[in-house]
Amino acid sequence: MTQPHRWDELEKGQIIGTRRIELSRADLIRYAAASGDHNPIHWNERFAREVGLDGVIAHGMLTMGAAVGLVTDWAGDPAAVVDYQTRFTSPVPVPDAASGSPQAPTALLEITGTIGKLDPDASTVRIDLKVELLAGEERTRVMAKSQALVQL
Amino acid sequence: MSISTARQGHTYPPAPPYQVSRETIREFAVAVKADHPAHQDPQAARELGHRDLIAPPTFAVVAAQRAEAAVVNDPEAGIDFSRVVHAEERFTHHSPITAGDTLSAQTTLERIRVMGSGAMVTTRTEITAEDGAARATVTSSLLVRADESEEK
Repeated sequence: MTQPHRWDELEKGQIIGTRRIELSRADLIRYAAASGDHNPIHWNERFAREVGLDGVIAHGMLTMGAAVGLVTDWAGDPAAVVDYQTRFTSPVPVPDAASGSPQAPTALLEITGTIGKLDPDASTVRIDLKVELLAGEERTRVMAKSQALVQL
Repeated sequence: MSISTARQGHTYPPAPPYQVSRETIREFAVAVKADHPAHQDPQAARELGHRDLIAPPTFAVVAAQRAEAAVVNDPEAGIDFSRVVHAEERFTHHSPITAGDTLSAQTTLERIRVMGSGAMVTTRTEITAEDGAARATVTSSLLVRADESEEK
């Protein structure tokens, strides 16, 4: 197997990529089914409001799981991600689509991956992920200290 | 119900064995929008040196949350699940979770930090394969929000 990344071409601060991910109510139901996390705050508006939220929010683990795709694709092998951590700082509201299909996305995330640290002895690269919720002109960071360690 | 630190350090019995099939990996990968072929096509996974389909980096949460349920359901810990917010998550991978694995997951209640009438609860779940090989360590922190009604 060829080495997809050469050490001498990598440096701290380099951006490995940016991608946008759209979320719909249907995505939340799909994640609930696939993960077994059926907490109603992720699919029932009334319940979400009763526990003090403004409405249905995405599973933090859906956002975390979707954000790392940028890293696995860059690494070439998903198993190269040997460590991945995050803090959830702000909820990702996914409102019901005003009209049309529940498959219609109502939340937009932007993910940017930057090389945060290179460790040639351990042959690892730390990718720092910035994950923002975009709403019009407004950007809200929904995760902090989001770091994926890639074994090259 | 109120939080108690009495269970800090307690290791709960493991969750029932969790069988990882190709279809569970495929479904989870679709749900987190992970489009790497090693989650869908066994041949693509083999070309990377894996025995079969490999799981996306956050898949371990599925087995981990089944084991963490022991903490949330423990009356002695006194956690009100309806007031829980996911605060932090970390995956440390020791070897890739692969289709065909039967996973065992066992949770330890690492820390309860009481903050006012709320608390931060940190659990560590060790995930191993049938042959005892370590697959992943999952660390999860839940913020239990204070119940205002109890402060009257």
